Amino acid sequence: MDNTTLTNKERMAIPRQEMPAQDPGERIQNFREVNLGYTPELAIKEAMRCIQCKDPVCIKGCPVNIKIDEFIDLIAHGNFLDAAKKIKEDNVLPAICGRVCPQEDQCEKECILGRKHKPVAIGHLERFVADYERETGNITVPEVKRSTGKKIAVIGSGPAGLSCANDLAQFGHKVVVFEALHELGGVLMYGVPEFRLPKDIVRTEIEGLRKMGVEFQTDVVVSRSVTIDELLDEEQFDAAFIGVGAGLPWFMGIPGENLVGVLSANEFLTRVNLMKAYDFPASDTPVFDCKGKNIAVFGGGNTAMDAVRTAKRLGAEHAYIVYRRSEAEMPARVEEIHHAREEGIEFLLLNNPVEFVGNDQQWLTGVKLVKMELGEPDDSGRRRPVPVEGSEYILPIDMAVISIGNGSNPLIGQTTPDIDFSKRETIVVDVNTMATSKENVYAGGDIVTGGATVILAMGAGRTAAKAIHEKLMGESHGFDEW
Amino acid sequence: MYTIVSADFLAENIKKFEIDAPRIAKKRQAGQFVMLRVSEHGERIPLTIADSDVQKGTITIIAQGAGKTTRELNRLNKGDTISDIVGPLGTPSHIENFGTAVSIGGGVGAAIAYPTAVALKKAGNYVITINGARSKEMVILEEEMKSVSDEAYITTDDGSYGFHGFVTQKLQELIDSGKKIDYVLAIGPIPMMKAVADVTRPYNIKTVVSLNPIMVDGTGMCGGCRVTVGNELKFACVDGPEFDAHLVDFSNLSDRNKIYISEEKASAEQDEHRCQLDRNS
Ligand SMILES: Cc1cc2nc3c(=O)[nH]c(=O)nc-3n(C[C@H](O)[C@H](O)[C@H](O)COP(=O)(O)OP(=O)(O)OC[C@H]3O[C@@H](n4cnc5c(N)ncnc54)[C@H](O)[C@@H]3O)c2cc1C
Ligand SMILES: Cc1cc2nc3c(=O)[nH]c(=O)nc-3n(C[C@H](O)[C@H](O)[C@H](O)COP(=O)(O)OP(=O)(O)OC[C@H]3O[C@@H](n4cnc5c(N)ncnc54)[C@H](O)[C@@H]3O)c2cc1C
Ligand code: SF4
Ligand code: SF4
Ligand code: FES
Repeated sequence: MDNTTLTNKERMAIPRQEMPAQDPGERIQNFREVNLGYTPELAIKEAMRCIQCKDPVCIKGCPVNIKIDEFIDLIAHGNFLDAAKKIKEDNVLPAICGRVCPQEDQCEKECILGRKHKPVAIGHLERFVADYERETGNITVPEVKRSTGKKIAVIGSGPAGLSCANDLAQFGHKVVVFEALHELGGVLMYGVPEFRLPKDIVRTEIEGLRKMGVEFQTDVVVSRSVTIDELLDEEQFDAAFIGVGAGLPWFMGIPGENLVGVLSANEFLTRVNLMKAYDFPASDTPVFDCKGKNIAVFGGGNTAMDAVRTAKRLGAEHAYIVYRRSEAEMPARVEEIHHAREEGIEFLLLNNPVEFVGNDQQWLTGVKLVKMELGEPDDSGRRRPVPVEGSEYILPIDMAVISIGNGSNPLIGQTTPDIDFSKRETIVVDVNTMATSKENVYAGGDIVTGGATVILAMGAGRTAAKAIHEKLMGESHGFDEW
Repeated sequence: MYTIVSADFLAENIKKFEIDAPRIAKKRQAGQFVMLRVSEHGERIPLTIADSDVQKGTITIIAQGAGKTTRELNRLNKGDTISDIVGPLGTPSHIENFGTAVSIGGGVGAAIAYPTAVALKKAGNYVITINGARSKEMVILEEEMKSVSDEAYITTDDGSYGFHGFVTQKLQELIDSGKKIDYVLAIGPIPMMKAVADVTRPYNIKTVVSLNPIMVDGTGMCGGCRVTVGNELKFACVDGPEFDAHLVDFSNLSDRNKIYISEEKASAEQDEHRCQLDRNS
């Protein structure tokens, strides 16, 4: 087939190319990535489905406005490395976003093909070129401008911090990233499991930053080990960017939540991902022994899906998702819900926990659930779930994982009183520059938005980098050079 | 990597380390701790900062070999390195001139109580220390405690040294002698801390304990360290580790600390086995 001469009709006749994946029966026995990635042939075929709209509406769906039509056209012509470069003009972490973006709510939601057919698999294609570039060893280290002599502290090494560091380094600034944990990468390392995002990909991105001269200091909790004021005054940083994420897990506040065997998704996933507890005892950190047990995860987001699928891989007999609304309201990516179902995860939808119950040793033995039905739509237009009277029942479980979201860690606020926080405990910023109420201090990512997405955190990091650069260098070195 | 500057046993199984960690040394205050990971495959465990030297840029920690990680740590010597140390973590002890302050340390708890005793003394308190151990050989920091105390007592369970009995008995004796006690700090095994709280409750003496739940990150991110204090949920690593002893739900803490008991045993046995192999080869 000649890519250039196909009619739109012929293009639309090509079915969306399925992502090759590990067989469900096999993959619940291991932690390797579920999706195996497109081959070059599959990628070209999928790229040929794109009709190269005059007004590519897909771009509007992407929070960082990747030039989607252009990179897909390059793939269709077999120019994979150029396609990767094209994406990187707008997105510094394509191998990651291609895997974890909620595409169905963003770029692919807008794709014109989606009206009659399935949308172009933009995420799969983005992932393909990024992997191709990495695997062929053809990663271009971006050019770094002549040193400006300015020094900037980036606090937190999640997607917001990493992308901010990337752009600042390119502008020629000295960047030092401070990370509280012993590993870099934020949620990408301790939250999202290996079977969805191989950690080597995150490490490669970080290596790239090191090559650009970015310095990393792990084991530094800013506010405890050193305060922002000390960084700016004593350690002579010219500016600081706060990308500390939303790190404080919420609990439900129902009776029995402190029984032995009830834990937060953050704890469960951190033990398994960051501390490698799946490899216990070769790795020293233990995790609840799930083998043959009944495990319930409470929540309906990506974190809940990650936790429940992790429990399954650790040998759970029954692994449940308990969610008080219906599947349509679940915030998780559709692909995760689909994969979870394939893996035998049991969905208890329209079920709400009212109490955890335990034995006389205070170990969890079950959870009392009440069935819900969807009532009248509320102000947000969503139909509010209401309990069905008399429908309580006990589900026997050995471990409960709470995954109902995160608030903000209070440390930065406690030690930096001149940074304004909202009532929701997020940092208040000017959305055009990500500047906080404190001079030369910027913030972005989940600490500003509350739990959101990787791509939004990344976009915020880049906006801040641009604004910091402008502020430090004055107007003459402003946007046009960027 | 953090280098060990000195390492000495204080008692059987209890070792004191001075470690090069200038950032932490500069910032730490009484009552704070570090999370430490001995090696790549290691667990993150919390240990109190017993002392620091800003000039030398070192911190002092004192560890009791309880299981795999602490035993592995206690095999390290001067010049060896530790993969990761992060801190200072936790809310510093609330220090003021209370009047008469009693600092009680049970076992390795003495190491945790010591820095706070120093701070209490500095703030002008009349400081009484009660240092409890199983037997004479297990008494640690005797000289250090004496040097910051107006009155220093040692108690041993078997009577081989000092007062024969538990720290709570000594405390009760002090109260009965008519001494006006304004503040009690108690650090040690959970049953000991609970017992101290029970002794002081009827007298309404302000009593503080340093809790030891299982921690993972130590930064407030996982909620694994949550404890119930006055029916409120608290994260010991950020809100604590020190809390009002009369409000703590000790039995919940002690239940929750048992979650990994069989894994801890397996880990310790494996460590034992590995050591034996090392010795034989
Ligand atoms: C399990 C899970 C699955 C998810 N799945 C998806 C998904 O599929 N798709 C998607 O788009 N989004 C997903 N998200 C959300 C996404 O990961 C976050 O929105 C994103 O990581 C936010 O990035 P960030 O840089 O703001 O913060 P984070 O990634 O949270 O990074 C913050 C970093 O700052 C460090 N830090 C915190 N406090 C301090 C301090 N005081 N000093 C120094 N360092 C500090 C933290 O240790 C951490 O490393 C998921 C989240 C979770 C938890
Ligand atoms: C704030 C705080 C300060 C502490 N200070 C000191 C100190 O100065 N000196 C000292 O010797 N000990 C101290 N401890 C206790 C010390 O952390 C534990 O003894 C150590 O974690 C045991 O690990 P292990 O692998 O050697 O033993 P394991 O066999 O794993 O466990 C033995 C016991 O230690 C506790 N424990 C296990 N893992 C953890 C963990 N990750 N976090 C907390 N507790 C755990 C459990 O109760 C367990 O039953 C402190 C604990 C806390 C919370
Ligand atoms: S970054 Fe995310 S939203 Fe943007 S094109 Fe890529 S997958 Fe779509
Ligand atoms: S909207 Fe869809 S078909 Fe049109 S350019 Fe974008 S990806 Fe291609
Ligand atoms: S140890 Fe994780 S929140 Fe305290």
